[in-house]
Amino acid sequence: MKVYAFKQADLEKWVKSWTSTHKVYRAATQKSETCGAHAGWTEMTDGTMPPCGPAKSSVKTFYFPQPETMATFSAKKEDPDGLLMENQETPEEKQIVFGVRPCDGRSVELNNLPYVDDPFYQANRERTILVGFSCTEQKATCFCTQTGGSPYGTEGLDVALSQVGDVFLAEIITDKAAELVDNGDGLTEASESEIAELTSLRQAVEENPGHDESLKAKEMTALHGAPFWDKVAESCLNCGACTFLCPTCYCFDIQDEVVRGQGKRIRYWDSCMFPLYTLHTTGHNPRGKKVQRVRNRFMHKLKYFPDRFGPFSCVGCGRCIQECPVNIDIREVMVDLLAVK
Amino acid sequence: MPTINETITQEIRAKAKELLESKEVAAFLGFCQGSLPMTTRPFVARSPEEADKLVWNSFCVLNPANYLPELLKSLEPPRGPRDPAPEGPLPKAALLATGCWSRNIAIQIKENQLDRDRVVIVGIASRGMVDQRKIRARFPDQEILKVEEQDHKLKVSGQNFEEEINRWDMVRGNCLTCLHPDPVMLDVRIGAAGQERKNDTPFQQVDEIKNKSTDERWQWFQDEFASCIRCYACRNACPLCYCDTCFVDDSKPQWVGKSIDPVDTGLFHILRAYHCAGRCTDCGACESVCPMDINMRILTKKLSMDVLALYGSEAGMDPEAPLPLSTYKTDDPQDFILSESGAAKEGI
Repeated sequence: MKVYAFKQADLEKWVKSWTSTHKVYRAATQKSETCGAHAGWTEMTDGTMPPCGPAKSSVKTFYFPQPETMATFSAKKEDPDGLLMENQETPEEKQIVFGVRPCDGRSVELNNLPYVDDPFYQANRERTILVGFSCTEQKATCFCTQTGGSPYGTEGLDVALSQVGDVFLAEIITDKAAELVDNGDGLTEASESEIAELTSLRQAVEENPGHDESLKAKEMTALHGAPFWDKVAESCLNCGACTFLCPTCYCFDIQDEVVRGQGKRIRYWDSCMFPLYTLHTTGHNPRGKKVQRVRNRFMHKLKYFPDRFGPFSCVGCGRCIQECPVNIDIREVMVDLLAVK
Repeated sequence: MPTINETITQEIRAKAKELLESKEVAAFLGFCQGSLPMTTRPFVARSPEEADKLVWNSFCVLNPANYLPELLKSLEPPRGPRDPAPEGPLPKAALLATGCWSRNIAIQIKENQLDRDRVVIVGIASRGMVDQRKIRARFPDQEILKVEEQDHKLKVSGQNFEEEINRWDMVRGNCLTCLHPDPVMLDVRIGAAGQERKNDTPFQQVDEIKNKSTDERWQWFQDEFASCIRCYACRNACPLCYCDTCFVDDSKPQWVGKSIDPVDTGLFHILRAYHCAGRCTDCGACESVCPMDINMRILTKKLSMDVLALYGSEAGMDPEAPLPLSTYKTDDPQDFILSESGAAKEGI
């Protein structure tokens, strides 16, 4: 792996150089900047460095955009091939997402576990270059180290930028990122001492206390039946703010939309907080009560997903804590779950 | 000396304890402290001990009336859909109510969502709730770790800073223009009664947008709602939204597309606002809960302005008065109805 060193001005120049060949996205700093399908993100024209903490919207919009066209069809009566689905070609145009925090980078890998056979997710993964930014500071809502991540983590990233003193180091992690290096004239390789400093910063991060293992060891029915769920659910509005901002919530619904005889089969984000999510055609709803839906969201992240795939389906970015209208705090839920006998 | 809000908090706890101990109510709906600065959680105390968790401060931005019908239902003994209602009086709930919240309760009663006899309204004159977005915007590059409240100041601090700011400068837009901070109906009062406020331009926030050109207004609308993620927090925080299935969730027929296409998103917001016409009390919950900081409240504020101009009615102000949009009067304004003669005049 190559590691390059930059002064801030040179780094900004390097990042800016990508904008001439690629679509480069960064987190929007104001509402009106938001671009098309990627709410909370905007196309980048300069090389400005990202602010502290994770962006308001997660990177999942680039891997799992909404709406995403899965197939097209003609709904015209006279059309002999009417209602025959035609597969949508997956997009190939390269895109760069800049300034992604390690938590978001890791979310791409976690979502890849259930989406390993999803052609749309895989195509977007293929065409997206994630340029990450290590966190020298953490926000009060950050808890990545409790979920198996690290502020200096590189999982899921193609390039990892880290500030070491007044120097920025760029670790070129994947082959995909090599083309960005070709773009930059005369990049300077980092010195051994700079790399050693980064390594020691990375190693200084506290070890993961292994909550996922502790919860995996617990009886599912005991966690499911714990009495604290009623209290958690009582204030919940059952809105989708947590699920839609969450980088590792990946549920979707599918619909056919027809406009003037032209049909599209689209998928769009769905949320287990919504009653319609589990409504059967019979009218029966297995999660018809708010408490059942609230419990499902946390149990899925902290128990069902780890039981099936290993890690938590949570990267500790803290978005749900920060943006929950009624301040439901997943860290408290985790503590409550760990306390269940 | 304790601050006004600290005194109110103590009074709320004492009253909640009294009501719960005497079993006059089975539940007391208020707020408890959140885990982050500038947050509170809607909270139901069901025992005198739990009453000590109740708090009152400038960050009680949710509308408790939103939780009330469901809370009352949860207090009833369980029964099947076809079982008759149990005999005798059903358990009661108490809740905190400021001016706007009490008006929402009045509307819920009027719309048959609530049984007045089962509610104990604990009235508090609102001093205006604070908008945490405004505070965050005041300290854009710093993380706020603590906000201490005095009566007219807020002491905001973080890792390397501490600053006192004027509380009123941080108050939410809806509270700034509120004319009726005192509850319109109550059973128990906490703290001092509030004065009606005077404001010659209560709809100034609407006028600012209304006075733009059509193109500018369209641009404003597009920019404002561009980042909507369709999480429906605005709808779910609203005490007026209680339909079993919302028009946006309906799929047979499907009124609105489900994704974040700007047309669908815009349609959702416009229709949501229209459903609140003549019923919205400008409590500001929708705006306060929006994770994307969208100012959708201005739409309902515009409709309040129209309803006041057309029907001389302010939502929920008079608990006995009929609702303006579900009542027909022969002298109702009808200028908007397209009649043949009217159409000819307009050249349609």
